[in-house]
Amino acid sequence: MRSGVIAKKVGMTRLFMEDGKQIPVTVLQLDALQVVANRTTDRDGYTAVQLGAGTAKAKRTSAAMRGHFAAAKVAPKRKMVEFRVTEDNLIGVGEEISAEHYIAGQKVDVSGTSIGKGFAGAMKRWNFGGLRATHGVSISHRSHGSTGQCQDPGRVFKGKKMAGHMGAAKITTQNLEVVKTDADRGLIMVKGAVPGSKGGWVTVKDAVKKKLPDGVPFPAALKSTAAPAEAPAEDAPAEGGEA
Amino acid sequence: MNLIAELEAEQIASLGKELPDFKAGDTIRVGYKVTEGSRSRVQNYEGVCIARKNGEGIAGSFTVRKISFGEGVERVFPLHSTNIDSITVVRRGRVRRAKLYYLRERRGKSARIAEQTNYRPKKS
Repeated sequence: MRSGVIAKKVGMTRLFMEDGKQIPVTVLQLDALQVVANRTTDRDGYTAVQLGAGTAKAKRTSAAMRGHFAAAKVAPKRKMVEFRVTEDNLIGVGEEISAEHYIAGQKVDVSGTSIGKGFAGAMKRWNFGGLRATHGVSISHRSHGSTGQCQDPGRVFKGKKMAGHMGAAKITTQNLEVVKTDADRGLIMVKGAVPGSKGGWVTVKDAVKKKLPDGVPFPAALKSTAAPAEAPAEDAPAEGGEA
Repeated sequence: MNLIAELEAEQIASLGKELPDFKAGDTIRVGYKVTEGSRSRVQNYEGVCIARKNGEGIAGSFTVRKISFGEGVERVFPLHSTNIDSITVVRRGRVRRAKLYYLRERRGKSARIAEQTNYRPKKS
């Protein structure tokens, strides 16, 4: 089990493929994604990598966290997430992960905080049908209706679907296909929608319900190992973009 | 320019399509690639453009209406679709609206559009 990544949701667009298909994609960006700490079995009782993404102002970071970042020799991070990994997939502290961590065609699970809807009625929250528009219904057209039986059981069962707070919860969307990655700008394009609003943080992991394809980098695609080999390749697309 | 706009502009540039200047009211001919089994050919679809949507961007589309065997047929094409082989303007129409949905209720003589005689191409 290898590490996931923290990404920022940039927004959605579409890609036109050569065969005439168009694919709706969500663009996710890796923003200064670095390993801040490792968790090991001897010290912590489990193995995981702690990743940090984004940039935070040093003066707005607490002294305790500043010390934590200083120990790893990384700039203060905005968002920190731990990913459980197997021992052979631990990544060195301070390493920067690139977008080539995922390959096109592979499936991923994306988790994020969904957009908050506030206090929502039963129709919006649970897709209830509501009451009739006419035939004597007054004032309660969007109500949930009956919540149970009569004197026996004499109470409303726990877990009854009713009005309440909706959204702003952690949601995982499973088995989204990675359509394209762009290592230069740190972009991952995933087919379909991803929970949360634009600018929100999401975590991307290998799909738990799909087999990992061949050619996926282990333990992670790192910028430090990719840099020398990629230097000549990077020049070519840059020139093409300007022309 | 934000990142999404940048990506879309790049994609439009990489598709490298020459889009003619056309608007609602123009009669256009769209060459659309059709794949039958393994063979692919270009099918022409000619009619009046009754709507342009979402501008020139990657999400842009246009609607073409024609009368086929006495029945009105409308097709919506994505502007930058890779299935579109060509778009040619057959006739420039003079209309006073951006969306010509009123043509749906009309037939024959009243559904005609006058030709624009003083068309000048957009300065680029």
